[in-house]
Amino acid sequence: MTTIPRVLEIRQKVLSKNDELARGLRDRLHAHGVFTLNFVSSPGTGKTRLLEETLGRLVARGLRPAALVGDLATDNDAQRLMRSGVPVRQITTAGRCHLEAEMIASHLEGWDLGRFDVLIIENVGNLVCPSSYDLGEDLRVVMLSVTEGEDKPLKYPSLFNSADLAIITKLDLAEACETDLAAMRENLQAIRPGIRVFETSAKTGAGMGEWVSFLGEQHRIRHAAREATAE
Amino acid sequence: MERPVHELSIAHSLVSLVQQQLPEGVTRVTAVDMRLGALAGVVRGALEFCYGIATEGTPLQGSTLRIVELPVVIHCPECRADRPLEGLAFRCPVCGRVSGDIRQGRELDLASIEYDDPEAASA
Repeated sequence: MTTIPRVLEIRQKVLSKNDELARGLRDRLHAHGVFTLNFVSSPGTGKTRLLEETLGRLVARGLRPAALVGDLATDNDAQRLMRSGVPVRQITTAGRCHLEAEMIASHLEGWDLGRFDVLIIENVGNLVCPSSYDLGEDLRVVMLSVTEGEDKPLKYPSLFNSADLAIITKLDLAEACETDLAAMRENLQAIRPGIRVFETSAKTGAGMGEWVSFLGEQHRIRHAAREATAE
Repeated sequence: MERPVHELSIAHSLVSLVQQQLPEGVTRVTAVDMRLGALAGVVRGALEFCYGIATEGTPLQGSTLRIVELPVVIHCPECRADRPLEGLAFRCPVCGRVSGDIRQGRELDLASIEYDDPEAASA
């Protein structure tokens, strides 16, 4: 039997299934008034340390945060975040280098989303893979420590360009590491023009007030906007 | 740290997307055309390697993956024109104005497939 070659135009995003799931998640989170952030960085940037501090400060402001923590293996990070007393769940990716929308959806099961104001997703430490996957977040936050070198944004443009916000961490070590902060800021702006950058030290508390106020404000604005459209 | 693991996930997503789109009765795909933007965060060579693994035992086994790479294109508000980027800095290569208004470069798209149509042959 002979066959005839045919061409079929498709024109679809390869990750359309993930994107669809992420859109559904976003709608669901919004319906419950949850403001969601997806944190990405290299391993060792200080994500967990900054998030511990952030969770505590959010609670102190009267907000109700929760966190999902992605890791290749172990639940050490989740254990650390749990000490803040807020609901935390671990997502162990068993070697996968990134989180996908489906993992977020399955780990939210059984949680009453109406009890949360802010959902923090700590992605797997990796500056390449997470850039392709929408998790249903409102903001994607890229973190960069002063110990990592000023040119990191230039080396990982896909991820830095996909971020809505940047946080520079471990500011207390900048002097010891002779970090050129001006160059770091310049490189962030070169890859993502106009990106808002917070400079923080979870250890000394520097910049933490400004960062957490921003989160509180964002939650308030978004919540008010949704209430207004719901009326 | 940067193992080609997510290219394997992407190759699997690509294969299942093609399988969903395949007309009934088709058992052999001969080629798959993709559009890959420079900002998609996908390494072409890694994806090509993973494609071979992901297609094994499927109607796509042995098919050719053709990838069209797309440069980043930004819109320059000064020139009021879309400009392909030269290098990494997000500024207009003609007038130098900084712009993050991306018009092309994030594509990770399945464009089309080629397959053998047994229906057409027997008809």
